[in-house]
Amino acid sequence: MSTKEKKLNSERIQRVIELCNSVDERGVDPFAVDVDDIIATLQKYFHEWESPEELALDAKAVQCLASVIQNQGDWVKHRSTSLYTDPFLLEEKIQRLDKEELATLFAKVWNPIIEMEQLSIPRLAEALKYWRDLVPISERWQRDGPMHVEAGATTREELVRLKILAEKTFMEELETFWKELKQTVGEDEKILYWDFVGADTYQETLDRAYMTSFLVTYGYATLELHPLEEEVFIKSFTKLRSELVDKRMVSVPISVSFEEWMNWKEMRQ
Amino acid sequence: MTRKAYYARKIKRATQLLFYKRHMKPGVKGWELKNALGSDYPKILKVLDNHLEKLDLQVKTVFEGEEPAEKPTLEELNKARFYVTVRGGFPSRDAKMMGWRIDDIAGLATAISYIISKKGKAPRDEVEDLLRTKLPGWRVEMNMNRYIKSGYLGEDEHNQLYLDWRTRAEVDHKALVELLLLK
Repeated sequence: MSTKEKKLNSERIQRVIELCNSVDERGVDPFAVDVDDIIATLQKYFHEWESPEELALDAKAVQCLASVIQNQGDWVKHRSTSLYTDPFLLEEKIQRLDKEELATLFAKVWNPIIEMEQLSIPRLAEALKYWRDLVPISERWQRDGPMHVEAGATTREELVRLKILAEKTFMEELETFWKELKQTVGEDEKILYWDFVGADTYQETLDRAYMTSFLVTYGYATLELHPLEEEVFIKSFTKLRSELVDKRMVSVPISVSFEEWMNWKEMRQ
Repeated sequence: MTRKAYYARKIKRATQLLFYKRHMKPGVKGWELKNALGSDYPKILKVLDNHLEKLDLQVKTVFEGEEPAEKPTLEELNKARFYVTVRGGFPSRDAKMMGWRIDDIAGLATAISYIISKKGKAPRDEVEDLLRTKLPGWRVEMNMNRYIKSGYLGEDEHNQLYLDWRTRAEVDHKALVELLLLK
């Protein structure tokens, strides 16, 4: 089959779809559609369709035809109900009646909805209060331009106060903490973890535990574990041993919970 | 609390809910009544309906979709919408007090009955042509827009008119067609 013929047939199918759609969309009598004839046409062209687009068009036509058949069924059902009236008969009746008669007749079957819209005193009071508190529109809609600030110089102390800069850099703090560890350990070289980390407040204890973890990670100190005694010691190095940083592969989790801190405090007392 | 006092309190609350407009559309959904009155709200509405009968008013139930043939289930009632409407119609001269001219009512009656006869959907042009036989053209368009705005008629994207929520709540379709055919 030539492309031209195929195009013509496809247009025919398109027209079938439009006719079927008009039943649904424009209220055309569903029996005005010759279903048998359309089925025969669809059957005739079906063998010619090859591309997915052509097959989709065919499927759409079948779907629209099914909708027409459903409409025919509904039409028959409606005709059999007591609500069915021949539109022409009804139109004729309407034409014969004058406006007054029609209105009187309708008033007999018309039961309007009763609805009330009424303000109550509490609602009115509420509205007044809202009005009193409402900021004038000139103020509400005022557009604030960007604040103009003169550029000026600031000091390091000011930046520290505003918490933009820390008082000491982290490494400075770590070095100070290491010195403290070395002093505390003295000649013993090692100290019980809790005896070093523990402080008067729980917050401070947490800070010290945090710093200690960095001392161990960066090679300023190491941990000595005695599993049987359930004891953990911190051993300070006299010199920084950064070569250990890459070798350390073991994580040692140490719980610093509030209960443990309380126990430590009691034992110390 | 006695049983009588319980129902009196619930009926008062149901009256407030049904009479005062709370949303864009009037009426209250069944589930809203259930939340406010409890799961025995159909019983409370029945008692309220008995009270309203003396005033020629009624509690009208409009179901989602078709009206159930048998006694509605609680689920169907929860999805339905409840209104208070006039019970037994009214003299057409009283419509003036509601802001309706006789032309407006006659036009509405014509449009509704024509749409019913067309299986619930009719092209707007056809309905307007029918109204133009008795009303001036400018009034037909104005009235049609008013019917749509009030919720009596709806219009879809293909300019097909259908009966909207207010007609379903206020108009007895069957009685309207029967009265027209008897004329």
